[in-house]
Formats: sequence, structure tokens, C-alpha cells
Amino acid sequence: MPEKILQIQGLCKSFGGLTATDNVNLDVFENEVNAIIGPNGAGKTTLVAQLSGSLDPDAGQVLFAGQDITRLPAHTRSHLGIARSYQITSIFLDLTILENAALAVQAHDGHSFQFFKPAAEDRRLIDPAMELLERVGLADRAHLPARVVSHGEHRQLEIAMALASKPRLLLLDEPMAGMGPEESQRMTDFLQSIKGTVTILLIEHDMDAVFALADRISVLVYGRVIAVGAPEEIRANLDVREAYLGEGEASDAGS
Amino acid sequence: MSKLRSPNVVFRIFILLLCAAMPVIAPLVGEPYWVDIFMRVMIWAIAAISLDLILGFGGMVSFGHAMFLGIGGYTFGILAYYEITNGFIQWPLALLFSGVIGAVVGAICIRTKGVYFIMITLAFAQMIYFLGVSAEEFGSDDGMTIYDRSQFAIGSVSLDLGDPLIFYYFTFALMLVVLWLVQKIVNSRFGMVIRGMQSNEGRMTAIGFDPFRYKLVCFVIAGVICGLAGILMANAEDFISPDMMHWTKSGELIFMVVLGGMGTVFGPVTGSLVFLFLSEILSNITHNWHLIFGPFLVLVVLFARRGIDGLFSKREKPDA
Amino acid sequence: MDFVLLAEQALNGVQLGILLFLLAAGLTLVFGIMDFVNLAHGSFYMLGAFLFATFYTWTGSFMLGILFGIPATLVVGVVAEITCLRTLYARNHLDQVLATFGLILFFNQLVQVIWPLDGLSVPMPEFLDGSVNLGLGIEYPVYRLMIIISGLAVAFGMFFLVTRTRLGMLIRAGASNRTMAGALGVDINLLFTCVFGLGAALAGLAGMLVMPIIQATSGMGEQILILAFVVIVIGGIGSIRGAFIAAIIAGIIDTLGRSFLDVFLLLLLPENAAEAAGPALSSMLIYILMAGVLFFRPQGLFPPQQR
Repeated sequence: MPEKILQIQGLCKSFGGLTATDNVNLDVFENEVNAIIGPNGAGKTTLVAQLSGSLDPDAGQVLFAGQDITRLPAHTRSHLGIARSYQITSIFLDLTILENAALAVQAHDGHSFQFFKPAAEDRRLIDPAMELLERVGLADRAHLPARVVSHGEHRQLEIAMALASKPRLLLLDEPMAGMGPEESQRMTDFLQSIKGTVTILLIEHDMDAVFALADRISVLVYGRVIAVGAPEEIRANLDVREAYLGEGEASDAGS
Repeated sequence: MSKLRSPNVVFRIFILLLCAAMPVIAPLVGEPYWVDIFMRVMIWAIAAISLDLILGFGGMVSFGHAMFLGIGGYTFGILAYYEITNGFIQWPLALLFSGVIGAVVGAICIRTKGVYFIMITLAFAQMIYFLGVSAEEFGSDDGMTIYDRSQFAIGSVSLDLGDPLIFYYFTFALMLVVLWLVQKIVNSRFGMVIRGMQSNEGRMTAIGFDPFRYKLVCFVIAGVICGLAGILMANAEDFISPDMMHWTKSGELIFMVVLGGMGTVFGPVTGSLVFLFLSEILSNITHNWHLIFGPFLVLVVLFARRGIDGLFSKREKPDA
Repeated sequence: MDFVLLAEQALNGVQLGILLFLLAAGLTLVFGIMDFVNLAHGSFYMLGAFLFATFYTWTGSFMLGILFGIPATLVVGVVAEITCLRTLYARNHLDQVLATFGLILFFNQLVQVIWPLDGLSVPMPEFLDGSVNLGLGIEYPVYRLMIIISGLAVAFGMFFLVTRTRLGMLIRAGASNRTMAGALGVDINLLFTCVFGLGAALAGLAGMLVMPIIQATSGMGEQILILAFVVIVIGGIGSIRGAFIAAIIAGIIDTLGRSFLDVFLLLLLPENAAEAAGPALSSMLIYILMAGVLFFRPQGLFPPQQR
């Protein structure tokens, strides 16, 4: 019986008159890939923000491996094993690709009150960082400033940085956003390669990727979870089709 | 991280050599007071380097940094007033107070961001300024002359700071030490955290760094180094006054950092040099030199925002 | 504790608060709407005072002095905005702080060049001289009362302007969504220039009102400017209501603090310590208040909703 690594209970969040998260209840099992789908404005990123700690819910609870993390700050959650990638790329544009990855490694390599040894020569940072970059295919771009590389490479870096902390739970917010078909396929293959070794909560519009990767799919509409189940169940579910039909063909076409 | 980049490195070595050789050059060209100017340049450079650490690298715009000049200077002055002239007591105490007050002020200020941070650092500097103004025992507004420079003596070996030449090279050495220290810091793990905080604080917390602790430590380090500049300044001028921590001094420090190139280790030295020399030249031309200097500063902000370092290199990582 | 003295000092505190409000209102408007930090705002206060003194000298009339002084200061503000400040709206706050810092140096020097006398003053006008009996044994100077009343009039005028007029609506629209307002046909540049000019005029008015009480000197703007910044931080940047309330509180605390703090301290400390700490602490009071507010409520007491 797989363990529930994440339990979202009665989570609520409103912004003025707008209810972004409407009493969400969701369980995520360890090492599964649970894809969250839903029309634009359904509150997916808001939900992820409350899970990662960058947004405080109005009500409800989030339990991670049985521990109540609802009010914990983001950096504490990171050390508990939660990592996040962002829908809108959020990396360190002023630094190089390698420095980005190395910083992510550094965050989990003890404290950083070290003032003398150059970080660029610290093998304990550089080696794991290069390894991460190799895994996502960015090794040859390592010394370029993050600012100059392509959008797709930014997305790869996003994933690499999220993996640096060797997380138990990966919150991936539209990792394939803005990617063309080839890049998306590469990303899907990569996520396949890590599937089963880490719990992944995947928010995506790219339905090919979702159906290829997900063990279960949760459907979020207007801040509520209207259905959870195996991909085939969801595909056939009438409520889901209605919610998406309202959106037109966009959802079927992918990103 | 250190790369040899021709015009930049040559320029910086030139400036350092200029500083080192000034006591020889100045009398040769018949302008002995240039030594005094360079003395001030080096002291202000130390203060500006410390500000660059939190401002250029850490993104914390402190408009009250000059308060540490006052803390360092007044610790020295007050101790000297009570006839404690031993440098081995004065200097560590000055640095200690700078650190402690930096920690207290920082702990409150770092809870804020953006314009609020600017205002609250300004407010604290004002508080400490008024403390100085109201200290009648130590000269209040008018300030106080100090008759003895710090005495450093171990056994029969002593450092005579009263000798201008010795004091000059002592200051030069300290400036080199500070440059080396800050260079080490910004490239260390700690430095990467600080730079990451400026670049994207949200991501830093997401990957596991607690911004408050690191920013606070950075603030304290900068405060201590600036306190060092303060006690140097008080020694050099044989004088302390609340003016050292007037808010306009904080503004001038920010300008020195910007002029030289924010976010570079050596920039503040260049900035200090240009700022003080320009002030000197202009004030000799006309008594109303702010009429020119003010607009000059505005033009720098509008058109030469990356400062002198920006004139040399394209967007680059910090190096010495 | 003398009740009459307390009442008079409280009124003085209100009067100081009104002056602070006149400065803070322009500052918070400009920041709230244009996201522009203007360190040189105190220069308009200073210029207002000097221009008023000059017009008074030319016309011999207090009222004419103010009548000419206000538009004159407004013109200076508008010219400054159009020539160099406008480009700074797009820049970050540090750049704005630095550039306006340079402007302060310029204006302070300019004033010394144009008005080389060592401090200008304007005598108290006869019709506003003397004191009035407010009842309960309180005799209060007419002039200071006039300042309070004028300031309250301005405050009401501003509330009316922002909430009831078309211009006010445009101001609020520009504040919440600049691009959208522009797309809808509002001339944003003109709007911003108007707001900036209004702020400059208010600051200038404050400078004029203090003239019979103090002398106009170069650099007089900075001290009160910092207080004005403290006020808008306490009140919540961008909120006029916050600026008003915070200004009155700050004015009262500062004035009462200076008058009564040493008395209060004498109850707690030995005489020497109280005498030494009194003046130091009283000038620090407003800053301590700001630090306290920011500690518990970093966005100020009444932050405006739209930001």
C-alpha cells in the first residue's frame, strides 16, 4: 500500500472576490506521477504556490509525510524534501548556468557561512552541479550566462535546479511551457527517466505528456478538484470533457 | 572567476600604483596636498567598498551607511577623550560596536524591502546622527578635536600613526586588505548566496536559503568594515563630528559606488577617486560648485549608470 | 503639568503635523501614482519660501506674496519634471534617489546664488498677529491657528479632488493601471505633470506658511523632507488619508516629546542622565515610531488597496 506523501485538506485561498483555491482535497502517493490539469485560471499555480510555501492559504492544511507544513516558510520546506520549478522561468539570470545549478546544490550542502574558499573551485558543488546539467542536457552550456541561452534551455535549467536538492516531492509547474514539439518530447523522456524515483506533482497543458507520464490525473476547475483517477478514467469522464469543451480545441492541441 | 581582462586590470593596477606612489609624486609636481586628497580617497574607498558589498552585490540600498563612519569615529574619539589611546583597545571596540549596532539596525531594517528599506536605514542613521548632535560632552554640533592618534605598541615595537608617511601607507595597506577580503567574500559560498539574493530572492528561498540570516550577516560585515573606515577617518582628521554621519554622506557614498561601477570589487576605489577629485577641482573653480556637481550626478545616473567600470567592459561577472 | 501648556503644545503639534501633511501629501501622491521617489521634494518647500519672500518684498503684501508664490513654485516643479525627472519614472528607485539627490545639491546652491543674503525672512502680517482666546484659559497665536485651518482646508480639498472630481478619477485610474489608462485615451504625461506640479505647489505652500515663523535658508528642505518620508512610510506609501493621520500623530509626538520628555525622564532617571538623554531621545521619537510601525506592519498603517 503506497504511502501518502502529500495530503491537501480543505485548502482555501481567495484574492478579494476571486476564489482561487476552493476547498481542495487531494492525496498524492509516494513516487507516483500525479498530473494536475484544468483550464486556464483554474488556480493551478496558486495551488502549487501554497504547497511550496510562497503563498499562505486562508484555510486548510497541507501535510507532507505526515507533518503539518501549512505555515512553514519555503526554505524550510525545501529542506524537508520539497522542490519546485516555475511556470514563468525563475532562475538567476545574472549568473552562469553552472553557477545556477551550483547554488541549488549549495543550498543543501550544509550552511553557507563560508567566506574564503572560492565557490567556483568547490568540487562538492561543481561536481554534482555538472552531473545535474548533464542529466538535463545542458553540460555544454555550463559556462554561459543564463541570460543568453534559449527559453527551452531555461526550462531545462529549472528542472535541474529543482532536482539539486534530491527532493522527495517535485512540484513541476508547466515544465514544457513555451517549448516546441522536439523539446517537449525530450523533456517528457527525461521525466520518464526519473519517474518512480521521486513523487511528481505535474501541472501541464500538454496532453501528450500528461497521458504519457501520469499515473493519476487530478482535474482542477475554478479552484476545485472535480475528478481524480487513472488517465483512461479521466479521458472518459463526462464532467471533465464538459469543462474542457468550454475551452475549445486548445486543450487537445497541447501547450 | 578572476580573469585577466586587459583594459580593466591595467587600469586598476594603475590606480593602485598611483596611490602607492603619491607621497613621492605629489611633492615632485609641487602639489603636496594631493597626498591629503589621496589619503581621503583611500579611506572613503574602504567605506564605499563596504557599501558595495550590501548595495552592489546584495541589492540592499542602505541610505544610512555613513552611520558606521560615525560609530567607528566616535568610539575612537570618546575613548581618546577619556585618555584611552591604546589602539589595541580602541580599534577592536570600534569594530565591535559597529558590528553590534549593525546587527540591531539590520535585524529591524532587513524585515523591509525596496523603498521602505531605504527610508528605514535613513531613519536609523538620523537617529544616530541626532545622538551625536546631542552629545554635548563630545562637542555636539561642532564636533571635537582629538589630540592623540591611536597608539599601537607591542613591547619596544610601535607604529607611529602621527607620522604622515607611516599613516599613509598604513591606510594603503588596510585598503588592500579590505579589497582582498571583499574579493574573497563575493566569490565564496556566502558571496554566491548574497548575489543570488539580489538576483532572485524568491528562488533562493525556494531552493532552501533563508534570506534573513544571510542578508543580516552581510549587513553586519559591511558595517564593521565601514566602522574601520570611520576610525581611520577620525584619526586622519584628528576630529570627530556628527557631520561624518550626516545623511548626505550616505548619499555621497552611494554615488561613489555607482560612479565606479556597482557590483564590482574595485569600482568603489575608482568611484571614490573620481568623486573626491572632481569635488576638489570644482570647488577650486567656483565657490558654488554644487551648481555643476549636482547636474553632473544627475547626468551620471541618466547616462552612465554602470559607472566607469561600465565604460570598460560589457556585462561581466565581478572580479578584482 | 500645566493643562494650558499641554493644550498649547498639542496645538503646536497639530500645526507641525499640518505642515508635514502638506509636504507628505505631494510626496505620497507622486510615489503612489508615478512610483517615483523624489528626494528633491524638500527643495520645493525651500523654493516656495524664497519665492514668497521675494514677492513679498516686491509687492509689500503678504497675500499677494502667497498668490504669486504658489503658481511660481508650481512652474518650477513642472519645469523640473518635464526637463529631467520624467525620464526617471521608468528607472528603479535607487536611480531616482540618486538623481534627485543631485538635484538637491543643485537647488541648495542655486538658492545661495540667487539670494545671496544669509537668510531671508518675512515679518508677521498685522492682520494675523496676536493671539486669540480659545477658552479654558488657552491663548493661541492667530497665525498658527491660520496654518491649521489652511491645512485642513487643503486636506479637505484634496479628498474632494481625489474622490469627487474627474481629475481625481483620472489620478486614481493612472495609479492603478497606467498603461490601460493611457490606452483609454488619458494623456498620462499630462496627468503626471499635473500631479507633480500639485505636489510641488503644496510643498511650496508649506514653505510659505512657515516664513513668518522661521527664516528661509539654503538646505532647509532636507530636514523636514526626511520627516515627511517618515510620515508617508508610517501612513502607508500612496495613501493621502494615511499621510494625514500619520502627519498629525508625528507632529504631536514630536512636539510633545520635545516639550515634556525631559520632565518625564526626570521621574525615571537621575538629573544628569535625564538632561543628557532628553534632547537626544526627543529628536529620535519620530524615527522610533517609524521603526516600531514598520516592525509590526511593514506596509504602513493605511496602505492603499490598489498597489
